[in-house]
Amino acid sequence: MVTEVDTVTEVQARRLGRLRTVGGRGGALLRQLTRDKIGAVGLTLVLLMAAAAALAPVIAPYDPTAMSNQRLATPGGTFLLGADEAGRDLLSRALYGARTSLAVGLVVVGCAAVIGVLLGLLAGFYRGILDAIITPVTDIMFAFPTLLLALAVVAARGPGTENLILALVLVFIPSFARIVRGTAMSVRREPFVESGQAAGLSNARLIFKYVLPNSIAPIAVQFTTSIAYAILIEASLGYLGLGVQPPAPSWGSMLANGKAFMELSIWPSVVPGVCIMIAVLGFNLLGDTLRDVLDPRLRGRTNR
Amino acid sequence: MLRITLIRSLTVIPVLLGISVISFLVIRMIPGDVISSIMGQDFGDPEVEAEMRRYFGLDMPVHEQFFTWFGDLLRGDLGTSMRTGQPVLDEILQRLPSTLLLAVSALLVAILLSIPMGILSATRRNGPLDAFARVASLIGLSVPNFWLGILLVYVFSVSLGWLPSQGASEGGGLLDNLKYLVLPAVTLGASLAAINMRMTRSSMLEVLNQDYVRTARAKGLAERVILVRHALRNSLIPVVTVLGIELGALLGGTVIVEQVFAWPGLGTMVIRGISQRDYPVVQGTLLFLAFFYVLVNYLVDLVYTYLDPRLRSGH
Repeated sequence: MVTEVDTVTEVQARRLGRLRTVGGRGGALLRQLTRDKIGAVGLTLVLLMAAAAALAPVIAPYDPTAMSNQRLATPGGTFLLGADEAGRDLLSRALYGARTSLAVGLVVVGCAAVIGVLLGLLAGFYRGILDAIITPVTDIMFAFPTLLLALAVVAARGPGTENLILALVLVFIPSFARIVRGTAMSVRREPFVESGQAAGLSNARLIFKYVLPNSIAPIAVQFTTSIAYAILIEASLGYLGLGVQPPAPSWGSMLANGKAFMELSIWPSVVPGVCIMIAVLGFNLLGDTLRDVLDPRLRGRTNR
Repeated sequence: MLRITLIRSLTVIPVLLGISVISFLVIRMIPGDVISSIMGQDFGDPEVEAEMRRYFGLDMPVHEQFFTWFGDLLRGDLGTSMRTGQPVLDEILQRLPSTLLLAVSALLVAILLSIPMGILSATRRNGPLDAFARVASLIGLSVPNFWLGILLVYVFSVSLGWLPSQGASEGGGLLDNLKYLVLPAVTLGASLAAINMRMTRSSMLEVLNQDYVRTARAKGLAERVILVRHALRNSLIPVVTVLGIELGALLGGTVIVEQVFAWPGLGTMVIRGISQRDYPVVQGTLLFLAFFYVLVNYLVDLVYTYLDPRLRSGH
């Protein structure tokens, strides 16, 4: 009997399920993404960054923390992109910086997505007292300006990678919770969910079969644009000296050092800045295109 | 209308309360506690420690601490700086004009850049100017503003020597003040201009497709009149809202841009507080900025409801 209900409700779910593209038909999604010129550029930039991050130990010509006597060397000599104030190779530092940036972005947004989705499901699917607690709290966190919230956490717990991640996870949870709560609430009222419920499907089953698949598209979009934003905030905190601590290479702190020696050489300020721009641009373009491809209704809506 | 105003006002209160609670908790989240953090290596004399604990009221139970702190807050007492002994609110009020000046100038820069660009881009859709404007806005969205600031300093201060690289003028005439203001304002306004240009463009395109614009064209009105009289006014409503909301966000953005230019505002105050572990300063400034942000958003919301009749019957 359960299987029968499953097939009936499944057919109806499919109507809404066009948004499922991410899970089931990855190949088709990829084709759609690359057919769009902007999407293709975004995807290329993101892949470029991922490759730089993954292959940093292989392709970096030098140890990113190794100092030399060629302080502030201009590009083209021993060092392809020049050297910083301690004679460290800017190219190697930029490559390892991609590692830091991408790792922080993925970990932060990944954790925030898991927690946010869970909170959103609890609030939107079960409603009641859970909703009455979760929603106001996320709303208040939403009302806090992003960078200030991150600053507050880092201020309290001190600078460093772990605290940076904690701060950013807190910052990104509310947007995921909001999105999932919204879809959970609307999907819950769909006839196929009600019929599934009437036929005795467990709540967990309803969530995994209907609610989550229907939330995937907006979550994917939010995930991508959040990574762009996380990279930007990570760099900002790094610039302020509150992020990943030296000598570990991070684009933000590289920029802060670069600025101090700007009058002698501009390269230490140019290289990390271009890297941040490429990374953020890539994820932004990819996110925009994903939004258009996956859910035309979301088009044009501005993102935080 | 009055009812909506009242309802909106009521929803602001829990948010402000929540922000206060978060700000209160921030100091209590410090690993170990605030006292050992302040005392650092000198930690060890239990008498001094107990004295400090009493001084900061940390010997009371947490809920009592909260009510004391909250009572002070309601009276406008944000505590005193642990470094200077000056009341935090005094320093905030003293620095607030600088930050507001910067934020408003950035907003002006953004408006002057984005609205003409957005309109031109929409009316010459798919032309070279449109392509340029769109690419520029995409790049503007992705460039971290502190990097833009660094580049501007390099070009206009270090290389050309036209403008000062940091600080604010002390005394001095209007022109002198402007010299210090230009670079930070452009830096802070650029990303806002990028967002706003996209907004103006899409809003303008939408309006230009409306029936009443077609009617206006059909009755032979000059294109310029159609643009100014019909399209512009209607397309600017969403743009104004975004600008209002972004004014709040600008206050957050000032933190980092002020740091780049050593601008004597609230942003540099927070960062100084963080690096000196001056917790009352950090707490007070963040609280103030967050309050300000929420209130600005709330006012924009009200103004918007007033401007757009469709929202008045609202939910």
